[in-house]
Amino acid sequence: MTTTDPSTTAHVPRGKRRIGDVVFANSARGSGILILVILAGVAAFLVAQSFDSLTANTANFLTTSEWDANTREAPAFGVLALAFGTVLGAAIALVLATPVAIGIALFIVYYAPRRIAAVLGYLVDLLAAIPSVVYGLWGIGWLVVQLAPFYTWLETYFGWFPLFAGPVSTTGRTMLSAGIVLAVMILPIITAMSRDVFLQVPQSHREAALALGATRWEMIRMAVIPFGRPGIIGGAMLGLGRALGETMAVAMILSPSLVVSWFLLQSGNQTIAAHIALQYPEATGYGVSALIAAGLVLFAITLLVNMAARFVVSRRKEFA
Amino acid sequence: MSAPTQLSEPIAEDARMAAPNTLSLGGSLPRFTPPVTLAVLLLVSAGALFLLDAWNPAVLVIVTAVAYMVVITLASVIVENSRKAKDRLVTAVVYVCFGIAMVPLVSLLWTVLAEGIVRLDGYFLSVSMNGVTPSMDAGGAYHAVLGTLVITGIAALISVPIGLMTAIYLVEYGRGRLKTAITFFVDVMTGIPSIVAGLFVVALWIMIFGPGETNGLAGAISLSVLMIPVVVRSCEEMLRLVPNELREASYALGVPKWLTVLKVVLPTAIAGITTGIMLALARVIGETAPLILTAGSSAVAINANPVEGQMMSLPVFIYSQVRMGGAINYERAWAAALTLIAIVMLLFFVARLVSRFFAPKAR
Repeated sequence: MTTTDPSTTAHVPRGKRRIGDVVFANSARGSGILILVILAGVAAFLVAQSFDSLTANTANFLTTSEWDANTREAPAFGVLALAFGTVLGAAIALVLATPVAIGIALFIVYYAPRRIAAVLGYLVDLLAAIPSVVYGLWGIGWLVVQLAPFYTWLETYFGWFPLFAGPVSTTGRTMLSAGIVLAVMILPIITAMSRDVFLQVPQSHREAALALGATRWEMIRMAVIPFGRPGIIGGAMLGLGRALGETMAVAMILSPSLVVSWFLLQSGNQTIAAHIALQYPEATGYGVSALIAAGLVLFAITLLVNMAARFVVSRRKEFA
Repeated sequence: MSAPTQLSEPIAEDARMAAPNTLSLGGSLPRFTPPVTLAVLLLVSAGALFLLDAWNPAVLVIVTAVAYMVVITLASVIVENSRKAKDRLVTAVVYVCFGIAMVPLVSLLWTVLAEGIVRLDGYFLSVSMNGVTPSMDAGGAYHAVLGTLVITGIAALISVPIGLMTAIYLVEYGRGRLKTAITFFVDVMTGIPSIVAGLFVVALWIMIFGPGETNGLAGAISLSVLMIPVVVRSCEEMLRLVPNELREASYALGVPKWLTVLKVVLPTAIAGITTGIMLALARVIGETAPLILTAGSSAVAINANPVEGQMMSLPVFIYSQVRMGGAINYERAWAAALTLIAIVMLLFFVARLVSRFFAPKAR
């Protein structure tokens, strides 16, 4: 099977222009351009609709934590606490998920028995198929109940560590719980990317390592990890992008407050996405416009992260 | 062992010569060591936990895993060498990683099944929440199932043609800067947070209809913003798999390019494309956040009209029931979650079947 690009190798014979060809080619190109228009529209409409509230805002949008936007007079709101919560939650998810995801990818590619490896990989993919709202329901209906005693234990023995300082939330509805659920949600993304690059490691590299007497782990450390590093980084960043924008799991699990807090075991913090989902139904006055402004910030953050991720991944393709 | 080992590890060789038939330094653990060690440690920790009166399956698994890592590493250091010990430790860690991933999957599926089955019956699927007060022991999710089908159906009607045509452009026609730009921005679009897609439609709707207008069509449009890039990606991948020889054979017979694409390329790739579209559907059918913003979150009555009034959907139904917070609300939420997962899994498995049985046979 050839992998050459058909658009460059298979030219239509020059001759009379058939009407079908012209229509078909243009509608195909039109669809492509429509996608660019939609994306530009997303950015443009968000900017246009947030303009209202941003000009009326009496506080500094980027350095304020409070959210007093549901009014027509002197609204004062800012995304500081929200942006902090968003980054904190995604960071927890990334720290928890990346090592496990790499482990799973290694397991599926190099450790699991050949015959069932595909099935096991499929099981991990199933995690990606579960809707985020169901993760939220599972998180609040099952996980936080299991985690609450663990948090008490963590605070008793590791309370001296600033992140785990008390008083512990008795409900377990904390940023750490939300971060754990986010970690589960981004696990399949990072795993899939890592697995793909691990599968691409040239067999000659691996066999060379083994032939030199390396154990399986040494082979992985010397041949697989260096080759796969850009893919792992790219996968982790894609996962980060997903965790930053995830709404439902956080909105359902976290009991929110608009403060900048490093205490993972206490209730508090809030993310941009969850804040929008919770506040939107009650938004009045400048409320909707202010939420759109917050969404714009989220859009910008995820756009940067995703573009950086794509850049890392595409660089790998050039060198591979 | 060969000569170099003798030179570099004289002690190991000496020890082996002294006791050739026993496990010795520089030797290796028998193949059955890991499973046997694991079984023994499992029994030992189970016994210890019973004696300490701290019986808990989760603790048992954790204790056993940690104990196994310690024991196998020590045993390997003593009998084999530190390099092999590290290898065995990493093997254990990698297995544990996979185990960790299975915990949420199994517990989630089990919880949803166990809790959802309580209320999921014909009644639940055939009535709406119209006239049901939040704590009343009645009501169901028919309106939500209907809304989900209508909204995702419209989303598919919008995204599949756009996505497929874009994929055709990228594979069959595209070249130069436009192709690069589209490829790049489709990737970017894949990363749009779902709530931002919702806000986009909110902003669009405010401009066209004024504030406060929510309906199913708005929800469908926000979902298609999320669905289009997924469809493009999977269709593009499938179209690239079609061998060029097929296209060239078709051109050689004088078939115009557009007919070649329609009659040769698409039928060859149709199984993969169908699979990709179903997976994309499975992804957007569970989207909640954009629908809260665009289709409303308080509809209780059956509404099959996408351009008039709020429309409930299964994910939003789950969310709004959880927000009410009563025991009965949680029961409804679990039942709806089971319904939703059943729909998603159905799409998932049918997609796998399609790709398995209808894929063109490799030559």
